[in-house]
Amino acid sequence: MSQQTVNGVPSRGKVLTLDNMNPNVKRVEYAVRGPIVQRAVQIEKELKEGVKKPFSEVIKANIGDAHAMGQKPITFLRQVLALCSYPELLEDNKFPEDAKKRAKRILQACGGHSIGAYSASQGIECVRQDVARYIEKRDGGISSNPDNIYLSTGASDAIVTMLKLLVCGEGRDRTGVMISIPQYPLYSAALADLGAVQVSYYLDEDKCWSLDVAELRRSLNAARQHCNPRVLCIINPGNPTGQVQSRQCIEDVIRFAKEEHLFLMADEVYQDNVYAEGCKFHSFKKVLFEMGPEYSSTVEMASFHSTSKCYMGECGFRGGYMEIINMDPEVKAQLTKLVSVRLCPPVPGQALLDLVVNPPQPDEPSYTTFMKERTVVLADLAEKARLTEQIFNKVPGITCNPVQGAMYTFPRITLSQKAIDKAKEEGQVPDMFYCMKLLEEEGICLVPGSGFGQREGTFHFRMTILPPTEKLKVVLHKISEFHLRFTQEFS
Amino acid sequence: MYVMVTSISTVEVALSVCSSSTEPRPVQLCVMLQCFKRSSLQQPASCQRTLSALDSLCGARKPYSEVIDVSWGDPHRAGVKPLSFVRQVLAACLYPELVNSNKLPVDVRQRAQRLLGQCAGGSIGSYTATAGIAEIVHRVSEFITRRDGGAPSHPENIFISAGSQWALQNILKVLVNSKSSPKTGVLTPVPCHCTTTLSIMGLGAVVIPYYLSEEQGWELQVEELDRALESAKGVCNPVALYVINPGNPSGHIQRRKSIQEVIRFVSEKKLFLLADEVYQGCVYGEKSEFISYKRVLAEMGPPLSDTVELASFHSASKGFMGECGMRGGYVELINLDPDVMKYIYKLFSKDSCAPVLGQIALDLMINPPQPGDPSYPLYNVETQNIRTMLVHNVKRAFEVVNSLPGFCCQPVEGGAFAFPRLHLPPKAIQKAKEVGLQPDTFYCIRLLEEAGVLISPGCEYGQKEGTHHIRFCIMTSEVMMEELLRRLTCFHTQFMKDFS
Repeated sequence: MSQQTVNGVPSRGKVLTLDNMNPNVKRVEYAVRGPIVQRAVQIEKELKEGVKKPFSEVIKANIGDAHAMGQKPITFLRQVLALCSYPELLEDNKFPEDAKKRAKRILQACGGHSIGAYSASQGIECVRQDVARYIEKRDGGISSNPDNIYLSTGASDAIVTMLKLLVCGEGRDRTGVMISIPQYPLYSAALADLGAVQVSYYLDEDKCWSLDVAELRRSLNAARQHCNPRVLCIINPGNPTGQVQSRQCIEDVIRFAKEEHLFLMADEVYQDNVYAEGCKFHSFKKVLFEMGPEYSSTVEMASFHSTSKCYMGECGFRGGYMEIINMDPEVKAQLTKLVSVRLCPPVPGQALLDLVVNPPQPDEPSYTTFMKERTVVLADLAEKARLTEQIFNKVPGITCNPVQGAMYTFPRITLSQKAIDKAKEEGQVPDMFYCMKLLEEEGICLVPGSGFGQREGTFHFRMTILPPTEKLKVVLHKISEFHLRFTQEFS
Repeated sequence: MYVMVTSISTVEVALSVCSSSTEPRPVQLCVMLQCFKRSSLQQPASCQRTLSALDSLCGARKPYSEVIDVSWGDPHRAGVKPLSFVRQVLAACLYPELVNSNKLPVDVRQRAQRLLGQCAGGSIGSYTATAGIAEIVHRVSEFITRRDGGAPSHPENIFISAGSQWALQNILKVLVNSKSSPKTGVLTPVPCHCTTTLSIMGLGAVVIPYYLSEEQGWELQVEELDRALESAKGVCNPVALYVINPGNPSGHIQRRKSIQEVIRFVSEKKLFLLADEVYQGCVYGEKSEFISYKRVLAEMGPPLSDTVELASFHSASKGFMGECGMRGGYVELINLDPDVMKYIYKLFSKDSCAPVLGQIALDLMINPPQPGDPSYPLYNVETQNIRTMLVHNVKRAFEVVNSLPGFCCQPVEGGAFAFPRLHLPPKAIQKAKEVGLQPDTFYCIRLLEEAGVLISPGCEYGQKEGTHHIRFCIMTSEVMMEELLRRLTCFHTQFMKDFS
């Protein structure tokens, strides 16, 4: 292992090269952790080393990571998990009884009563039962079968697993997967990796990023020329756009899926993050069943949820699940096999999920604190959503749709031809050029809209609304000022 | 119509078993039985049989009150206790109030505080950098250097993942071109644990089996690698060689000379080397020593040390810690093309990051308490006890199994399992055929039904045609091992009598 090799001077005659490596992997991009973030990390290193910059810290508003931005974990959740980790603490009377009760129940369900044991690949049975009960409660009593619940390593793991199951065929028969533009780039990355065909449908920026079935139909018909579209993915509430679909829209989508014989994938990880007046989260499952047996017994669907978002923000646990509806039993058997290859999802994440679906009840000691903490987090987010829209819309050249839900804003920015040309000179797409400049000048890390997809000729960036309110105000103003400077410079 | 991805079927059945006492005491059991058949034709039928065999246990009166499940490489499930230091640090990271509590030793609290300081926002709930928390990745590279007698290890070549198999799948993904014709091939040992073979097949690649030499203690012989590679000519395009050392299920630990031969082989044949070393912490033989592939490669010097492309895997799931549920593992990549490394980074990045508790478990494994630390005495006692227990288990298992007619067990030098050969009487083989089962599966189902012991059949791992084996975990509590061996002895004696 000579230094030369280690420092990246390529040796001749490598076994694994760009030419013989899996070509699909070369098409994988994941903008949320892409080149701009790598530059941000580098800048942080430079700051640590004492390099002088016009800012003292890098604000990472690129990733939906609430705790990183200072949001506090929910006390109850962490207490139970600590008890699960070190059961000797069950003797400690600093821990409330309801936390102890939950910890004991979880440990009972683990091999050797330890969260260090593997669980069944589909997830700990009592957790899946609790998830099913949560879904029933959430959806007004519509039944949920624990057997149809698959716990996963974050929702992303379940999404990729479903796509793996769904993608097949060659050439014109290759599976096409419909996904919104803009979209969360896990989808485009997974589709590239699987060699599936991405079938894009545009959300309507002028109508608050709403979804129009006519556009779904247009996109589907065009796609049928060159692939076999079989899947329709919806993110609701949306990422990066934050739009919360109306009930009518969800019904229309379900009807469309049935007509066109499409498998529905409903990414609902932001289901608690709904802020705007008049907006409400409607689960795809609930609407499906309320549409009657003609739909509820035929439409094939998978819904996804996670412990990373909502009020918990526990990204680092990699907890999540999917519920599958109306899946062919033979295919389900294949799915069960497929998940066994990963052995099992992280057990602490499964335990955490159990608490999320089984929170303290009004008669329990932890209830008051739990509700208070939860309410504060969600209220803060709602306020920040409003603030963001308000401040950005004051800036000429920035147009911001209301942040109805989720954790992001995806404003449109006007860039002059001069700026676009300059970007080209630098070998960058225009919104990357813009974001890089913002990073270098202000130490604020955003993700360019090109990482999510956008209509040709339009430019955006995605920013999280997660920094604490006072810091967020500063960030919003800095970006506003930067935008004015930038516009001036390239006028 | 959906893709037939793999040929494994995993069946989970909850059983209630009545004890032999007068009042039926339903005992909830979760039993996981993996049926892996190389012939997909047999598989659905055999799994049905397995299911009905398990079903038949429901409500039946049995001479045992609980099933001993040693079908997994899962020490905690099999009664081994977690290490106190590890669980205390994890608890304090989970609930930082504990950092200020004097109920926990001071070094635990300091470690937790240090780790929390390395998490964004001071919380283990934050995402981390793609390859893992930078300081932990750094410490992993230092561990590797220490382990390998000073051979340098660079943090930028290390990726922490949700278990070693996750990292292995990512590396395989880069190696395997599912559209290529002929298909990509990966040389894989027989026997081999099924997760790897399934990953290979699931990616659309082909397993090229090379047989380990049972009579020589499951040694890897390079002539056999030659033969296997030759057999692939015109069938597939071999790109990589997968080795697992210490072996699963074989329990063999490779000698330095053998490792050198393998390295020379991959260099000559232009293959990528995948070295699965997750059991490096499980070494029992008095004369046995684990030497890493990386170390041997470094010691062989240039040009080999500069050119052989190697991926080494390790995990927090095995060893004395046995924290399988935390999902913490890593891969170190040596001599890869820097351009390819950029794509590997992207592949890992779309998975976000490994679970933070898994990363921390890894950190605690490679940086345990040192003499002088307040936690050291207890840590030392606990690990010594586990070591003693495992050495004892291996000795007992070897003795007992080899004393039973029809069994022949190679020495278990390391790893988590015993994989004895089972010489079944022709009548048993016949009966198995009649019910549509592999003979060793038939044996295992009978063992489960009649003695309440769950192990796995050799056919799940691959074996020479006409041979049969069983696999069971030896990383169990002493009590469980004694009970396991007692029940096995009793059952086996009766079984051999019944089918003589």
